[in-house]
Amino acid sequence: MPRRPDPFSPRERVLLASLTDAGPGFYALVGVLLAVIAWGIIAYTVQLRYGLGVTGLRDNFMWGVYITNFVFFIGVSHVGALMSAILRITGAEWRRSVTRMAEAITFASLLMGALMPFVDMGRPDRILNLLLHGRLQSPLLWDIMAIATYLTGSTLFLFVPMIPDIALLRDRFAAGPAWRRRLYTILSLGWRGTEAQRHHLERIMGIMAIIIIPIAISVHTVVSWIFGMTLRAGWNSTVFGPYFVSGALFSGAAAVVTAMAAFRWAYHLQEYITEAHFRRMGYLVITLGMIYAYFTFAEYITPAYKMAATERGYLTAVFSGQFARLFWFTQIGGVLLPLLLLTVPRISWVPRLQRVLFLRPVPALATIATSVVVLLVLPAVLSRTAPLGGFEVIRQLPLWIIAALGGWFFLTLLPVFRQRPIAAAVVASLLVNVAAWLKRFVIIVPTLANPFLPIQRAPIGWAFYRPTWVEWSITAGAVAGFVLIYLLFSKVFPIVSIWETREEGHQPAPASSPAGEHGAVADAPAL
Amino acid sequence: MGLTRRSFLKIVAAGTAAAAAPLAGGQLWGRFRIRPGTRLPALVASRETPGTVVQLSGLPGPDGDVAVAYAAEPSARVEPGEAGRRWVMVIDLARCDGCRECTRACTAMHFVPPGQEWIRVYEMKDHEEAAPYWFPRPCMQCDNAPCVKVCPVSAAWKREDGIVMQDTSRCIGCRFCIAACPYGARSFNWVEPPHTPEELAKPDDIEWNFRHRKGTTEKCIFCPGLIKQGKLPACADACPMGAIYFGDQVEDAVTNSQGETVRFSELIKENAGYRSLEELGTEPRVYYLPPRKRIYPAPPAEPEPATTGGHR
Repeated sequence: MPRRPDPFSPRERVLLASLTDAGPGFYALVGVLLAVIAWGIIAYTVQLRYGLGVTGLRDNFMWGVYITNFVFFIGVSHVGALMSAILRITGAEWRRSVTRMAEAITFASLLMGALMPFVDMGRPDRILNLLLHGRLQSPLLWDIMAIATYLTGSTLFLFVPMIPDIALLRDRFAAGPAWRRRLYTILSLGWRGTEAQRHHLERIMGIMAIIIIPIAISVHTVVSWIFGMTLRAGWNSTVFGPYFVSGALFSGAAAVVTAMAAFRWAYHLQEYITEAHFRRMGYLVITLGMIYAYFTFAEYITPAYKMAATERGYLTAVFSGQFARLFWFTQIGGVLLPLLLLTVPRISWVPRLQRVLFLRPVPALATIATSVVVLLVLPAVLSRTAPLGGFEVIRQLPLWIIAALGGWFFLTLLPVFRQRPIAAAVVASLLVNVAAWLKRFVIIVPTLANPFLPIQRAPIGWAFYRPTWVEWSITAGAVAGFVLIYLLFSKVFPIVSIWETREEGHQPAPASSPAGEHGAVADAPAL
Repeated sequence: MGLTRRSFLKIVAAGTAAAAAPLAGGQLWGRFRIRPGTRLPALVASRETPGTVVQLSGLPGPDGDVAVAYAAEPSARVEPGEAGRRWVMVIDLARCDGCRECTRACTAMHFVPPGQEWIRVYEMKDHEEAAPYWFPRPCMQCDNAPCVKVCPVSAAWKREDGIVMQDTSRCIGCRFCIAACPYGARSFNWVEPPHTPEELAKPDDIEWNFRHRKGTTEKCIFCPGLIKQGKLPACADACPMGAIYFGDQVEDAVTNSQGETVRFSELIKENAGYRSLEELGTEPRVYYLPPRKRIYPAPPAEPEPATTGGHR
């Protein structure tokens, strides 16, 4: 049996491996994701049948987890196209292996984000009323238009630079299943890699990169205006547009870092996504994080300085009341620590920490473990010394001890993270994203808990907001849906641009690439 | 990137045309068209006269007529309200003893679903030294209504006689209006509302605010059905103290359940009448007389336990 020549060059093999290889891990992951999505759909059918009463939402808290998800997903979607556009315009060469990952995040996240307002609707059966009776003066219509425009624009922005790669797949994927060949044939739009086609592609990308920037900014600005256009204290803020945009960029850039690490690990892309990429993305996240921190400060300091009667309620709830733990976690755990983690590889005093006995892993962990055990015993002892209950400090003590232990643990980890900058970046970006979700929650709910007229005569359970299993299930389903779309995308299309990384000179292409011979611009395999 | 000025303009023109096409193509455009040459001070919508801007009949505002922009559309179910009327409500807080007869009458008349109070009686205390007082809160029927502004489908709209109407057969249940209302005057049907035989026996009428529908927003609408019959709204009629006056601002006369009819303007002037959260600029159509020289019992100094938030 004569051996056919390998149609792929070794370089392409690495990038195409994710399209051809699917191990048990992949199927297990897809199975889990599908199960979570199915559970979310079951929860939604329950909500459809019995109404939004199955959620924790009530008249005073008319918006909650769904709208939090909406703002969060739209925020994460923000960075892909925007980051890629800015890097393209500024000609940052290192972008080439990460732009498609970023743009695909936009696509997947935008789909889930756009779904959320419809999940939140009391009457999804009347969805057509938005077209039949839509009124342009409602910010909801602005949302629909902005998101639809952004979805179209960012999909084009993702698709157009993918055409040469799709054509390559069309030509070289002869062994693949029929649906793949048909899909690639249709999507490659007759790309043959001629000079004229390349010229058009460059032009389209040049124009798109400029157009997509204002569109991306408009999307999250308009999202913030569903809050900013109301009179409620805490939402009635002129800075909400840029504040939301900065928060979106921060969380989105962090999501890209997570995705880079995941694909690098799962698809063995160490050659394409290097530590240098993480360092540069880290700089981007740090910059965006500082901008975000600045906007957060500006947003809270102006009302907090004045403590006007209308704003006092939600500010106290956020700074020291019911929502204080969430809020301070979003600020310390979601901004300060991630920025520190990302700068760790550059901090010279970190290795010196290991010289301190109690910051070496073994003694530190031993002490921390002992403390945790003591802490678990402590409440039992404290309850017997009830007469001491007058001391508020004692009741607060466990919290402070936990915080101190956490800080200590973090210090012992710093030298470890210094040696593993990618792990540090991943931990940082996960922290950023968890905190980003919580921050959106803290923007929405405390304001609703402190309306102009006090919450009175509310039926039992209506005076506070506690999300139910239905809301959590649908949220989990949406996250799973996001991951699944992203995962399947990476199985159908190369997640790292093949033709663009070649142009970077990552692995020099043959000097006279026979453009058009194979009908593709790809490397000709050395025969 | 080889982008000449001419080709750039071409792209911009094509983009604009593409963006405008869905608007220009459908009937949408007519819906948003405003007759030229008309002032648009407050963006409040109505559905009575298609495609026009109507000067509200009624009292002149500080700078001429109170003009309201109409993103109008026709609907057979909708009446424009009584021509030349400007309904107004005055609540005398000095007379309110917190018996909540108004709430009960309203709930009975409209078959208000459980958990909702379209006129809610709050226990208020303005500051540390102030005496507590009862504060009945119907829908304020704002002239600059935040709920009407944000409604994406014209389910909330402003009638010419001042009433902010609500169409539960069009509402999509986004609850933006509830978020926008600073008075908490809007309620949502979180589950299918219970339907009594009495309710089902009545015709489905937007002016009586039933039938109630799951997943839609509802609120007080000043009982236009009763007004049409020359009666007071249910709450005003039921108040044993005569604390709720209702009438027409154009006629300058308001009446309470005791049959006392007084001049609206004099009542407000002589008793230092005010509107709730005036500083928000919502221009409510409900006026309050301060709880001065109250002869009826005040609420207990400590408000009820389920009370949180608020500064009024």
